[in-house]
Amino acid sequence: MRNVGVISYATSAVARDVVHNEIEIIVPVLGEAIERSTIPKADIGFVCSGSLDYLFGGPFAFVAGVDAVGAVPPIRESHVEMDGAWALYEAWCYIQTGEVDSALIYGFSKGSSGDPLELLTVQTDPYYTVPLWPSMSDMAALQARAFMHRTGATERDLAEVAARAQRNGMSIDYAVRADANANADALLSGSPLVSDPLRESDIFPVSDGATVIVIAADDVARKHCARPAWIRGFDHRIDPMGFGVRDLSRVASATKAAQKANVSAGSLDIAELHAQFSHEELMLVEALGIDPTKTSVNPSGGPLAANVLMGAGLNRIGEVANAITAGGANRGVAHVSSGPCLQQNLVCVLEGE
Amino acid sequence: MAGLVREAAVEALADANMTWDDIDAVVVGKAPDMFEGIAMPELYLADALGAVGKPMMRVHTAGSVGGSTAIVATKLVTSGVHERVLTVAFEKQSESNATWGLSVSQPFNAALASGAGGYFAPIIRSYIERSGAPRNTGHIVAVKDRKNALRNPRAHLHIPDISLEMVEASPLLWDPIRYLDTCPSSDGAMALVIGSEAVADASKGPVAWVHGMAMRSEPTMFAHRDAVNPIAGRECAKDLYAQAGISDPRKDFDAAEVYVPFSWYEPMWLENLGFCAEGDGWKLTQEGVTAADGDIPWNPSGGVLSSNPIGASGMIRFGEAAQQVRGRGGDYQVELKTGRALGHAYGGGSQFFSMWVVGSQKPQN
Repeated sequence: MRNVGVISYATSAVARDVVHNEIEIIVPVLGEAIERSTIPKADIGFVCSGSLDYLFGGPFAFVAGVDAVGAVPPIRESHVEMDGAWALYEAWCYIQTGEVDSALIYGFSKGSSGDPLELLTVQTDPYYTVPLWPSMSDMAALQARAFMHRTGATERDLAEVAARAQRNGMSIDYAVRADANANADALLSGSPLVSDPLRESDIFPVSDGATVIVIAADDVARKHCARPAWIRGFDHRIDPMGFGVRDLSRVASATKAAQKANVSAGSLDIAELHAQFSHEELMLVEALGIDPTKTSVNPSGGPLAANVLMGAGLNRIGEVANAITAGGANRGVAHVSSGPCLQQNLVCVLEGE
Repeated sequence: MAGLVREAAVEALADANMTWDDIDAVVVGKAPDMFEGIAMPELYLADALGAVGKPMMRVHTAGSVGGSTAIVATKLVTSGVHERVLTVAFEKQSESNATWGLSVSQPFNAALASGAGGYFAPIIRSYIERSGAPRNTGHIVAVKDRKNALRNPRAHLHIPDISLEMVEASPLLWDPIRYLDTCPSSDGAMALVIGSEAVADASKGPVAWVHGMAMRSEPTMFAHRDAVNPIAGRECAKDLYAQAGISDPRKDFDAAEVYVPFSWYEPMWLENLGFCAEGDGWKLTQEGVTAADGDIPWNPSGGVLSSNPIGASGMIRFGEAAQQVRGRGGDYQVELKTGRALGHAYGGGSQFFSMWVVGSQKPQN
């Protein structure tokens, strides 16, 4: 396996961008990430993106991305209808073939164009689930209840996660929801219930923005970055969708992905988890085998602070890489999820040297 | 939908003498989710495709997606990450109307309620103007591909009495495209099992060896964009031929399965893919060079003009090319001389391309 490292990361998020379209949102972030990578754009071997047509409101959301990249002369390019983290996985595999040495990866969306909680019901089984139209938060609430029932976790535990996310959100410049004084008592008394037991503060804030990462292999990474965040373990797994055919109180596919990515092979300084609902953080800490007394969990605030759909998973990898490149961490894990109730999970272990 | 994809996957696994347990990862491809009204349907299809507990990915690169998906799946193997990958591309167009699915007004953009035919018709007129091609050239392709389809039991359209007169008498949809110059809206799926060199060496059945793969994208619009003969297509073919050692595609291939959704795209892609000089594509079509008994059969399976489950169509091209070099072409098997075939797909407004070359012999490098 070739050593592949994250050498550049840039991102943006706001609650509602009523001025810019997707291309205009992507262009400055893309420019920032490419400039920071110090690799000339023409030298980047492969481009891969993640987006979702249903968030765009029309077919071919990714075409906007290709236009933003400026693919003249024509480029080697591909797209996943998934979070950009899977685009990064595809790019990592491509670099493993030895045909290219670097890749540009991005994910983007304007969640504010619609109501993502209601919209993403169209991800579910079209014959048996969609007709009931459970919202994304309704489905998450089912899972929260299953988890709370099994473990004894309480609504206060969820509120503690939510409050910490808001406090941690103060540390990033793209937080959509951040409050230095957030505390569980205030959320339990003041944040309205949306899908019992989930309160507004337990649910990600709708966000518009883009996330961009540049990765490179071996010497190319070393040449362009003083301290690349090397990808040491990378795996993803999927569970069945049916809520009745899996144990909703656990995340089997996340555990399997964590095992395959060798998460437990060393100590973890940082974990960035794609927990779009507060209980998911508790479930993922358990599923990945993280000890929160030894590992800083979602120091960025995670998706509860900013959640650009199709970009927020890539953010998790970017945040861990940033911590490593800056020198504040040496080994960390990024987790990314897709589908209702944490159905599909990707785990990426990053390390400095 | 679950049954549609599973049927293809089960057949591909049986052909490879494998079971679900042998598969390391599953890669799904399809065109816009709005065609079926389901966002990221691979999540719902994980169970039907035996992907539970395994890695699963979903590719979407417009009409080229079937080809791109096969390439992504193959790179998962050539990267050394996996040994055996199942890849499936599909579309169930009966769930909606593709023309209108492609014509949704996009936020911040001028509405283009044209569908694919309305989009490509002016480009075709430009080709006719440039090349001086006779107006019946498209109709010749429409007849040829439907005649080929009569030998392919899996083709959607079987029109036994297809003739130039029938095509010429069919309604004019978007000048110069008549009804029978267009592809149908189809439901369908294609599955391939991609194995590593070691897996392929051990295969009991015939193997289609991948001799080259290439993808190229260019923006929808830029100053010197040539929509008739796109730079991205030419560069993609050039890269592909260099990998596979193809110097004269007309001689070096035994067959080509090329994405021709509107009949005129055969002469246009003959030029773009370097089978002849620019401006000469229509001559090859007129002379019967691309017919089943010509010197380089194009779309012996009947092509996209006979079956178009959009998201699957590119993979069907890649898969039909593979079946030819495996000697599994059935009643439409071409004579194998060089043992190599081309699979091609394009998408969007002809700005996305994916191609591969497969051969009956292992590549010598």
